[in-house]
Formats: sequence, structure tokens, C-alpha cells
Amino acid sequence: MASPALSQETARWRPPPLIKSRRVRCFLALIVGLYVAAAFGTLDINWARVADGGPRALRFFSGFFPPDFAARWTAIVDGLLESLWMTIVATALGVLISIPIAVGGARNVAPLPVYFFCRSIMAASRTFHEVLIAIFFVKLFGFGPFAGVITLTFATLGFYAKLLAEDIEAIDPAQAEAIKATGAGWLQWLDFAIRPQVRPRAIGLAVYRLDINFRESAVIGIVGAGGIGATLNTAFDRYEFDTAAAILLIIIGIVMAAEYASGVIRHRLQ
Amino acid sequence: MPSLFLENLTKRYPTGDLALDSVWLEVPEGQVVALIGPSGAGKSTLIRCVNRLVEPTSGRVLLADEEITALRPRRLRRIRRRMGMIFQEYALVERLTVMENVLSGRLGYVGFWSSWFRRFPRDDIATAFSLLERVGLTGMEDKRADALSGGQRQRVGIARALIQDPDLLLVDEPTASLDPKTSRQIMRLITELCSERALTAVVNIHDVPLARMFAQRVVGLQAGKIVYDGLPDGLTPDVLTQIYGEEDWLAADREYAPTGNNLVKSELQDQGRLAGEG
Repeated sequence: MASPALSQETARWRPPPLIKSRRVRCFLALIVGLYVAAAFGTLDINWARVADGGPRALRFFSGFFPPDFAARWTAIVDGLLESLWMTIVATALGVLISIPIAVGGARNVAPLPVYFFCRSIMAASRTFHEVLIAIFFVKLFGFGPFAGVITLTFATLGFYAKLLAEDIEAIDPAQAEAIKATGAGWLQWLDFAIRPQVRPRAIGLAVYRLDINFRESAVIGIVGAGGIGATLNTAFDRYEFDTAAAILLIIIGIVMAAEYASGVIRHRLQ
Repeated sequence: MPSLFLENLTKRYPTGDLALDSVWLEVPEGQVVALIGPSGAGKSTLIRCVNRLVEPTSGRVLLADEEITALRPRRLRRIRRRMGMIFQEYALVERLTVMENVLSGRLGYVGFWSSWFRRFPRDDIATAFSLLERVGLTGMEDKRADALSGGQRQRVGIARALIQDPDLLLVDEPTASLDPKTSRQIMRLITELCSERALTAVVNIHDVPLARMFAQRVVGLQAGKIVYDGLPDGLTPDVLTQIYGEEDWLAADREYAPTGNNLVKSELQDQGRLAGEG
């Protein structure tokens, strides 16, 4: 449906650039280019050591084969079971504690002081990586799964409460208004107007966090917080690379299974 | 004795918009009033000031002899039970069943734990079933609200308002998202139920022919002020121009039946006149 009145100029349409001024665009490109070049220049690469690394890596990885499941089987099973219950306990606890914090951290539900209080709890939990928190709790409570559970619970809290609070803020206000208009009390209002609207996401997030917590439980074990990570660390310390390989394979298998399962569950909830 | 009395009601939003400007309105018991006016005239604000979903800036609202505008939160929740509200776009809780939506109208009467476990009193459940039958939704109680059609959803909305056993119905654009035929059916249902139960009702509606057809009294709102208050028959082109602004009202009028509450006639006209509306 080209109109004959269209000039050659208007027919050659291009999307408008992100940065309007051509001069600013060129200047920015130049700065970025210079910085990248300078950064590479600063990087001191000792090519001899890189060359040495090749054969060493080969030796290291050949130590992984064949993976040995048998030699430390009981230790591996103990570590796995510990990781699993750490994950489940921490996720359940974390979600339970998160729910009131999420409600308090949703601007359309909570008054301003409560909102700030709950949001700062979330921020505190999200500031540090699980490994740093684990190091802290291991110092407080000593080695073992207790420190791990506390770490994962604390980490779950920031993640779950924040995302749930955001979902509460995104509810349809008309439904909430309608329940309020019936003369319902505040808790009844939460139960009838808010809960049904956020439930699918709440379940989906919990399953997703379960999956993350298992992965994290393997990592925080390395800094002393129990679980399969501790078993893995011990294997490395003893230069039992074949056992370490076996543990890594099991972790990969479980993580993949958990990710698949949580994907299926979350997909069903949509 | 008026059922509802608005005294010098004013609402100014924090943005500075004056939604209601010293409105005085008396609605006697059992009367169905249609509130018409262009978008932004303050219709929604007015009915929300009655149950204080919106806090009026000044003025008083009285239901029977109780001053709603003076109530503290607990008493306010109690008086909200006596005011059923029906919404534009239905405002059902989409993921709850039809029955839960209807029973949510009883939340003001039952305790938290009963409602948490969905253990409502037998009488409430019996009433819910008979209301569902009355609005034509027999057998739908376990469907999820989002599985229903627009007309069915609004019927659930009506049942939810009525199970409160209200004295007053606040109805906000009940037909805004319905097709013309369903709109008439819903309006008919609402007005029938009002006369069956001697309910007072304030119905916001921007469809003038529907207002004419179903209301006993029409109040025209323009920029937060009442500019017309009278019988549906008094809505002459001049009055409509005063409410809505300049338009060829007679041309629009010819699309509809000029008669007032003649239901039989309008029933017959349902078939032929769908194309002209909206």
C-alpha cells in the first residue's frame, strides 16, 4: 500500500538510535575502546606459565578418571543426605519466615514504617553472597550442618521475601477493593484477596529456591558448613581426585534433576 | 426518612483534582438512582465515598441515621456489611471458586478462622446456594471465577453483594464491559432484586438509555457537581448537553426505545437493536 506521494527520504526509515547525538555516540565508543585496550595492556600474562598449565591440567584431570564411587561410598551418602535435609529444612524455614516479611514489605499492604523495616531485612540478606554468610555463621556456631542451615535460611529469606513482596505489589487492586468493601477484617482480606492472587508464584518461587539451596549447600560445605560440600572438600584435601570426581558427577546429576523437576512444576502452575 | 444522605460532600485528590464539589444528595429508602455523567465526573468517587473506600475530604455521609464519615475502622467495617457493592469488570477474586467469591460477602460476619478454613455457617451456605439459583448460576459453585463469561461473572458479583444482606447497593458501572443484551439482563436483574428486597441503590452508569430504562430517578454529575436530578423522562437533549457537552442527542436517541420502564417492549427490541449500541 505504498503511497506514490512518499518521497525517497521517508521511505528509507531506520529505528532512532539509543543516543541521539552522533558526536556523543562516537565519543563514547572511543572511550570504551581506549579503556578496553588499556585494560588488556595492564593484564600481565606470563605465557610460559600458561604453557606449563596445560600438561598440569591434563595430569590433574586424568586423576579424576575413572571416578571412584566405591572407596568413600558411605561418606558420600552421608554427605548427600545431610545436604538434602539441610536444603529442605532451610527452604521450609526460610519460606515460613519470609511470608510475613513479604507482606510487610509490600507497599500496597503495609504502612510505611513496617515497609521500611521489612525491606531493610531483605536488603541485609541480599547484600552478601551465601559463601560469605556461611563463613560468618561457621565462625559463630562452629563447623557442621547447623551453620549451613542457618546460612541457607538467611539467604532464602532475602530472595523469597523480596520476590513475593513484588508479586503482592503487582496484584489486581480491584479484587482487593471488592473484598475490603464487604467489611472483611485485615487478615480475612489478606486471605481472600491477596493469597489467591500470589499463590502460584509463591509455590513456584519455593520450588525454585529449593533447587538453588541444594546447589548452594554443596558450595557452603567447602567453607565448613556441612553437607556434600564438606565431603568434596575432604576428598580434595586428601588428593582423592577419583572420589572427588564421583561426588561432582552426583552433584551434577542431582542439580540437573532438581532443575528439571522445578521447571516442570513451575510450568504447570502458569 | 432518607436511607442515604450526602451532606456537602467534597473530595479533592492529592493530585489537586476536585472530584466532588459540595454534593448534596438524599436517596429515600427503596429508590434506585442512576448516577450518570461523563468519565471523570466523579461518579466512582461518589459511591466510594459512601463506603469510604475513598476518604472524603469534607462533608458527611449518613446511612439511615448513622454517620459513616465519623466511624473508626472497626465500626466502619461493621457498617460496610450493610452496603453491598457491585463493580465494573466484576472484581471477583479470579482464582477462587464461585462459591468462595459469593461467601466472601459474609466475611464481615464470620470470624477469621472460620473463613480461613472456609467453614462458613450452614445458613450462609444455604443462602449462597439460593442466591446462585436466583441469579441463574445453579451448579456453577465449584467453577473458578476466571472460567466464567462476563455476564456470569457479574451475576456472581451480584450474589456476593446480596449475601451481605445489605440495606444499600452501591453499583459502579455494572455493564461497562458487557455486550448490550447482557447489559440489559444484568440491569434488569439488579433492579428486580432491588424491588424484591426493597433495597436502596445508587447505580453509576454511563449508558444513558440503560439508565432511562431501569432507574426511577436520574442524577447527572458534571465535574463533581450535580447538574440534573429528576425523572428519567426529564433527560431532554438540553439536559444531556449540560451533563455531557454538545452532541446531537436526538440522533443517538432514535436508536433506542423512548419509553421508560417498559420491560416487555425492550425485551422484544433486544433482538433488532444490538448493532446500534456501544
